[in-house]
Amino acid sequence: MKYMMFICHEPERLDEAVAQVEKDDGAWLNETVGRGVRLDGNALRPPNEATTVRVRGGSPLLTDGPFAESKEAIAGFDIIDCADLDEAIEIAIRHPCASVGSIELRPFWQ
Amino acid sequence: MTSDDVSAEAALSRVFTEEWGRLVARQIRLTGDWDLAEESVQDAFALALERWPRDGIPRVPAAWLTTTARNRALDVLRRRQVEAVKLRQSAQLADHLQGGSLSTALEDDSGIVDDRLRLIFTCCHPALALDARIALTLRTLSGLTTTQIARAFLVSETTMAKRLTRAKSKIRNAGIPYRVPPAHLLPERTAGVMAVVYLMFNEGYAATEGDALIREGLCAEAIRLARVLAGLMPEEPEAEALLALMLLHHSRRDARTSPSGDIVTLEHQDRALWDRAAIKEAAAVLATRDHEVPPPGPYRLQAAIATCHATASNAAETDWARIARLYEQLHEIAPSPVIELNRAVAVAMAYGPAAGLALTDRLVADAVLEGYHLLPAVRADLLRRLGRIEEAHAAYQQALALTGTTAERRYLEGRLRETEGG
Repeated sequence: MKYMMFICHEPERLDEAVAQVEKDDGAWLNETVGRGVRLDGNALRPPNEATTVRVRGGSPLLTDGPFAESKEAIAGFDIIDCADLDEAIEIAIRHPCASVGSIELRPFWQ
Repeated sequence: MTSDDVSAEAALSRVFTEEWGRLVARQIRLTGDWDLAEESVQDAFALALERWPRDGIPRVPAAWLTTTARNRALDVLRRRQVEAVKLRQSAQLADHLQGGSLSTALEDDSGIVDDRLRLIFTCCHPALALDARIALTLRTLSGLTTTQIARAFLVSETTMAKRLTRAKSKIRNAGIPYRVPPAHLLPERTAGVMAVVYLMFNEGYAATEGDALIREGLCAEAIRLARVLAGLMPEEPEAEALLALMLLHHSRRDARTSPSGDIVTLEHQDRALWDRAAIKEAAAVLATRDHEVPPPGPYRLQAAIATCHATASNAAETDWARIARLYEQLHEIAPSPVIELNRAVAVAMAYGPAAGLALTDRLVADAVLEGYHLLPAVRADLLRRLGRIEEAHAAYQQALALTGTTAERRYLEGRLRETEGG
């Protein structure tokens, strides 16, 4: 089963998140890639650099910023392919950013 | 109604209690479809209700129901295959069937693990909301209807039906596995299962609102589940301890409230009303491991405390010093201010109200139990015993302002009147 892992934290806590990733020194990444679990992923530029696109009445409507204001924002993502939710949870628990913000595990529709 | 009808119905209701969970659990493993599993088992019982009074009770009722439920599921799955409905379950089943026919797949009973254990671990998966875990366990393992569960939790039937549907669809779509967790997850998950069962019990035991019969049924069901769990996990001493603990609490059910519905505290309970059979069973359950060395877990310690109460002929004869020590041990492995409060009560009984009050002073200073009515209620009782009536009166008022249930309010109001004008 494929899951999208949204790595979320408060934008102000970016430094802490970066510190955690540096401390982990690629261990999480090496292990998940090595096991063939992690298919893709990346860190994302902060929400204030986002552009939100909507089409209303046939016309595009652009907004500078994220689609919804919230305390925590998506700071990155990983796509993992796991046996089941237990394996996905185990992988999420060990993600270096889990101790700074939160990780939302969303199963793929199919 | 003929006597045959009566005996068939009695047999059926007994088989329902004993076999529902096992039948549903097996059907889920074989079909991977929770709704189909429930429906096919329900259909089997409906058919039994029709047939058994007429044809007689089968020699092995459980086997009859298993076969009937399996055939029902088989019919539905065949129809789905014919209709080429691209349901996820059919796809899974197709994988499963690659070496044989549909019927051999459904006859595969090679699972060494009891299916009920898979079911209970899945129902109590921590990725489900706590209230959903309890509801799903009651529905699938105990066979309570959605209406009964809704009534027990004082929510509408629609709300409960939605909660159950949502939980089942999360299990299906989020990939919650149908299995007993592997060794490295087992201790944590087992603790989680036991917490759900104990919460179910407390839901029935603590609340004084709502239908008393339904509440008591919830306690009985939690005890039944603990018995199943203890039987299925013989290597888990805490499962037995949980069973014993609930049996001991439940043994006091008839003495806990007066005929008018008022709370009767432990020291004033008529001990002749305690259920001796339940106390005896608990003692037997606990005795099986008395010789073992490993340090006792939290349920075992709580059961030991409950045993002290159950075996004392009255409140004064109770071994309060031992209870205080057990609470101290419990606090070491599972620190909680509520346990500290209980220890304070035991210490007050063993060494006098002043010693107990000193312990509650610390809880007040730490402000860890703010909003919890039992802290001022305990302090009020201790102050009253020390003759500090004015302070006791104020504490009763404080407790009264925090409590929600009618029976507890009545108890505190009574005490408040006693300390009036002091």
